[in-house]
Amino acid sequence: MDILVTYDVNTETKEGRSRLRKVATVCKNYGQRVQFSVFECRVNEMQYETFQAQLVKIIDKQKDSIRFYRLPSPREKYVQSFGVDDYTDFDQPLIF
Amino acid sequence: MKTILNTLYVQTQGSYLRLDHETLKLEVEKELKFQIPLHHLGGIVAFGNVLLSPFLIHKCAEDGRNLIWLTEYGRYKARLAGSTTGNVLLRRCQHQAVDSPESTLAIARYMVAGKLQNARSIVMRAAREAKDKTDKDILSKTAQIHAESIQNTETASDLDKLRGIEGYAAKAYFGSFTQMIRQNRIAFTFTERTKNPPRDPINALLSFVYTLLTNECISACESIGLDPQMGFLHALRPGKPSLALDLMEELRSPLADRLVLTLINRGQIKPEDFTERPGGAIYLSEDGRKTILAEYQKRKQEEITHPIVGSKIPLGLIPHVQARLLARHLRGDVPSYQPFILRG
Repeated sequence: MDILVTYDVNTETKEGRSRLRKVATVCKNYGQRVQFSVFECRVNEMQYETFQAQLVKIIDKQKDSIRFYRLPSPREKYVQSFGVDDYTDFDQPLIF
Repeated sequence: MKTILNTLYVQTQGSYLRLDHETLKLEVEKELKFQIPLHHLGGIVAFGNVLLSPFLIHKCAEDGRNLIWLTEYGRYKARLAGSTTGNVLLRRCQHQAVDSPESTLAIARYMVAGKLQNARSIVMRAAREAKDKTDKDILSKTAQIHAESIQNTETASDLDKLRGIEGYAAKAYFGSFTQMIRQNRIAFTFTERTKNPPRDPINALLSFVYTLLTNECISACESIGLDPQMGFLHALRPGKPSLALDLMEELRSPLADRLVLTLINRGQIKPEDFTERPGGAIYLSEDGRKTILAEYQKRKQEEITHPIVGSKIPLGLIPHVQARLLARHLRGDVPSYQPFILRG
């Protein structure tokens, strides 16, 4: 399934900036960045659980926020994009 | 049920692949070209001068991700083998079956019958579609030989006779391979199967796709816990993945040969996609390989209804399903091994 993850991490303090980096790293482990604080991830149920748990553990619940949206599939049908779009479909042939 | 994971093919010379947390980074001349979470990848195939970081290799070994090294031109060099896993009891059943001439013959018989059946379908389809009468006749004759050979497998009394039947049909099959080509027959003429090295474009294509398929059959054996070297139809020889080659026999026509024919007949592969090397060896160019890999990956995702399992599965999972069916037979859960037969 495809998941859209968006986050706001308060970066006023040093700790905040560190949390932001950690959040981004975890998101990269599961998907790809489509905008600055927006990731699209294709995961199975089990990976989704771990993913959520990891992120929730990092953030400061008083200051930050994370949102997970489940995208309806097929993705191509429901996601429209305008302007710069670097999305790669990881299920397509990967030949470099 | 296993899902089909993507395979990453890297043929840019001088690429560097490394692990970054749970993702793979592909760099060329220190510039990041691509990043992907590892959970999308079931395997990595590296062509020629591609460097992999030790940590990435360790990670692949831990997760049982396939890692295959080929030369720049696609000849098999090495594969990553993690620690021996799988079911030792299953492997013992397998070895016992190889030791028993009756069990060996029974399994090999089904494998050959499956192979011939699949070869026959592809020939018959080509015969139906052939415009030229001579082509049609030659192909019909080959289909006829296959039909007779399939019947003969039932009565073959030993392994050598069975191999003889298979060889006879294979000769007819490759003898009429040119008749299945509808495009550019001057450049793509097939006279005989040549390998190590291939001596014409069609042989180069076949060898390349067979290499990919062999590796998938080896992985399938290993992931099920079977010993890929302990085969039934193919003789045991050091370093030879006999069981993988056995499993591959019935998959050659539907998964490899048909792909090669499609690529030529649709004009996706052209004579310019080949280069001749000193000594008359014919190799695919980088672009040619790219076209094949893309088409191969797409084909692996095509879904078909498996005649025995009864459910819809992607073509790329068939080696796994067949290895599992073989394991069930070796364990004694089912009376015989059932080969994969693709409907017309």
